[in-house]
Amino acid sequence: MTAGSARTPRGPTFRARFGHAVPYLLLAPGLFWLVVFYVIPAVQMFTYSISTGSLETGFEMSLTGDAYATAIDRFGKQFMNSILFGGAATLLTLAIGFPVAYTIAFRGGRYKNLILFLVIAPFFTSFLIRTISWKILLGDEGPLLAPLRHGLGFLDNDWLLIGHGAVIDGRFSLLNTPISQLAGLTYNFLPFMILPLYVALEKIDPRLIEAAEDLFANRAAAFRRVTLPLALPGVFAGSLLTFIPAMGDYINAELLGNPGTRMIGNVIQNRLLVQNDYPVGSALSFMLMAGILVAVAVYARALGTEQLTG
Amino acid sequence: MPEVDVRLVEVVKKFGEAVAVDHINLEVRDGEFFSLLGPSGCGKTTTLRMIGGFEQPTSGLIELNGEDVTWLPPFRRNVNTVFQNYALFPHLTIFENVAFGLRRKGVKGSEVKSRVSEMLDLVELPGFEARKPTQISGGQAQRVALARALINRPAVLLLDEPLGALDLKLRKQMQVELKRIQQEVGITFIYVTHDQEEAMTMSDRIAVMNKGRYEQLGDPEMLYERPTTRFVASFLGVSNLLPATVVGRDGTHGSVSLADGSTIRVPAALIDGATRVDLGIRPEKIRLHESDAVPPAGHNRLAGIVRDASYLGVSTQYQVEAGGGMLTVYEQNVERASRAELWARGDAVQLTWSPDHTFVVPPDDSVDQPGAGAP
Repeated sequence: MTAGSARTPRGPTFRARFGHAVPYLLLAPGLFWLVVFYVIPAVQMFTYSISTGSLETGFEMSLTGDAYATAIDRFGKQFMNSILFGGAATLLTLAIGFPVAYTIAFRGGRYKNLILFLVIAPFFTSFLIRTISWKILLGDEGPLLAPLRHGLGFLDNDWLLIGHGAVIDGRFSLLNTPISQLAGLTYNFLPFMILPLYVALEKIDPRLIEAAEDLFANRAAAFRRVTLPLALPGVFAGSLLTFIPAMGDYINAELLGNPGTRMIGNVIQNRLLVQNDYPVGSALSFMLMAGILVAVAVYARALGTEQLTG
Repeated sequence: MPEVDVRLVEVVKKFGEAVAVDHINLEVRDGEFFSLLGPSGCGKTTTLRMIGGFEQPTSGLIELNGEDVTWLPPFRRNVNTVFQNYALFPHLTIFENVAFGLRRKGVKGSEVKSRVSEMLDLVELPGFEARKPTQISGGQAQRVALARALINRPAVLLLDEPLGALDLKLRKQMQVELKRIQQEVGITFIYVTHDQEEAMTMSDRIAVMNKGRYEQLGDPEMLYERPTTRFVASFLGVSNLLPATVVGRDGTHGSVSLADGSTIRVPAALIDGATRVDLGIRPEKIRLHESDAVPPAGHNRLAGIVRDASYLGVSTQYQVEAGGGMLTVYEQNVERASRAELWARGDAVQLTWSPDHTFVVPPDDSVDQPGAGAP
C-alpha cells in the first residue's frame, strides 16, 4: 500500500459483518428499561394480587382470588365511573379537538407552529397546579359563578336547581360535581387528542379533497368520505392517549369531584398508599389493565387495523 | 364551425399582487384535444384550475357549454380532472376510486359495477378492482386516475401534467394511449404541460402561454412552421433567429437584409407593415453545400463557416457562423453517412433553404407586447 492512497478493505466491512445486529442494539436500551420498570413490577404486582396478609405481618402468596372478589364486589361503581368519565372525556376532547386540529392543519398557514405551541403551553405548568386552579375557577365564589350569583341572582332560579346533578345544599354549584370533574379531565387531556389528530390531518394531501369535490362530493361528503377516513389513525391514537390515562386518573376526581364520582384510580391510590392493602390494590390495578386491553382490542377491531397502519 | 365547449372571457387571476392569469380569452371546441403549453409559472395550471372550479377568477367569465360556471363549486360542474400525481384515494380500492363520482351522483349498484369494469377495460386494467393505490405502479395509477375521471362522462376532461411523474418510455406510450382514449370517448380534453413534444404529439390545437397570457394559439404545425413571437419560436423546438431589416416587396415574396449585408427572401405576408424584424429558420430546413455550388433556383443562400459539428447517429448537428449570427443546422446522415464525409470545423459552406420555410417574429426589443405585464 503506497502512502496517501485510500485504505483498501481486506475483508468484509464492519457493517457487513455486524450490520444485522444493529436493530437489536438499537432496541436494547428501551427493552431493558421496560423489563426493569414495567415487567418486573407487573409480575410483583400480580404476585401481591393473589396474596393475603398485611404490611405488618407480611404478605404470603396464597393463590386465592380473595382480593379479586373484594375488588369486584365493592368497587363496581368506581369502575363504572372510570369508564363513564374516561369515555365522556374522550368523546369531549374529540369533539373539541378535531375542529382545532383541522384548523391548524389546513388553515394554520404560517401560524401553525405558534398555535401548536399554544396547545402544549399548559404543560409548562404542573398538572396538579392546573387542576387546583380549576377549583378556584369553578368555586361557588369564583370568577365564573360569583358574578352570576350576586350580580344577576341568576343561579337562585328554581328551574336551574332541578335535575342538573349540580346542586349542592340547595345551591347551584359547579365545583365537586360530575360537571367539574369531566371539565377537568377534558381540559387536562385535550392536548393528547389534538396533537395526534393534527399529525394525521396534516399528512392529508389537500389535492385528495379537491379530487373528491371534483368527483361531485360536496364539502360534507368530501369530509365524510375522504378527510375523516384518512384522519382515523389520529382519532385512534388520540382516543387511546386520552382514554387510557383518563380512566386511571385520580387527581381530577379527588380535586374537582365528590365521593360519588370517585374513579378506580382513587381506590387504587387509597388501597396502595393509604391503607397499605396491597392485594386489593394490585387486583384492582390488574383488572383496570385487563379492561383497557380488552377495550383497546375491541376498538381497534371496530376501526379496522388495516386502515390504522396505512 | 364546431360547437364551443369552454369559453374564457377576459379572465384574470391575481394572487395578492402577483398576476397569474392576465386577461385570457379562449375558446375550446367540442371534442378537441386542446393543450395549454408553457414554462412553469406561466399561468397554465391556474387557468385549468379555474375551469375545474378550484380557483375563482379575480375577474372575467368562464362558460361551459354556454352556461356561466364562473362561481360554481367543482362538484356542480360537469368537468373532471386528472390531477398531477393522480390524487387517488389511498384508503379506497381501485374499484371504489373509479366508482367515487358515480356513487356521489346516486348511480345504482349494478350499473356502477358494469361501468367500472367497462372503464377499467378502456384503460387496460381489467381485474384491478380489489387492489389499493399503494399496490400499483405509477403508470397504472395514471390509468386509474383517467378512468376515475372519464367514468363520469364529463363534458370536458382537464389533465394537469398527468404524465410528468412517469419515465420517458412510459410517457411516450401513454401519449399514444391518451390520444386513442380521447378519440374513442370523444370527450374534449384540456391538457396542461410544459413538454412541447408531448403537446405536439397529441393536440389538435395548442395555446402557448407565457407570463399569464398566451402568445400564440394554433395547431401544432402552424405553431412550429409559423411562430409569431420569439418566445413561441424558441419554446417549440430549436430556432435560428437573425435580426434583419425589411428592404422591399415583390408580389408573393419580400426581401430583408441581414447584418452581414446578404439579402433573404421571405413570404410577403409575414413582413406587412414591419421595418425591422427577426428572421427565423428551423435547423432541419437548412441544407449545407460546398461554398461554390449552385443552389436550387429561388432558394435563399448564405455563406458560412462551420464552427462545430456533433455526430448524433441519426443526424449531425452543426453550428455555422453566417448572416451575422450563429446558426444551428441539422443534417440527416443520409448522403454523408460516414464520419469522414461530414463537414469539419472551419469548412466554408453555403447554407440554402426555401423562402417559404422562413418565418418572421417581432425584433428582440419589442418582444414585450403592449399590456403584457408591468414594464
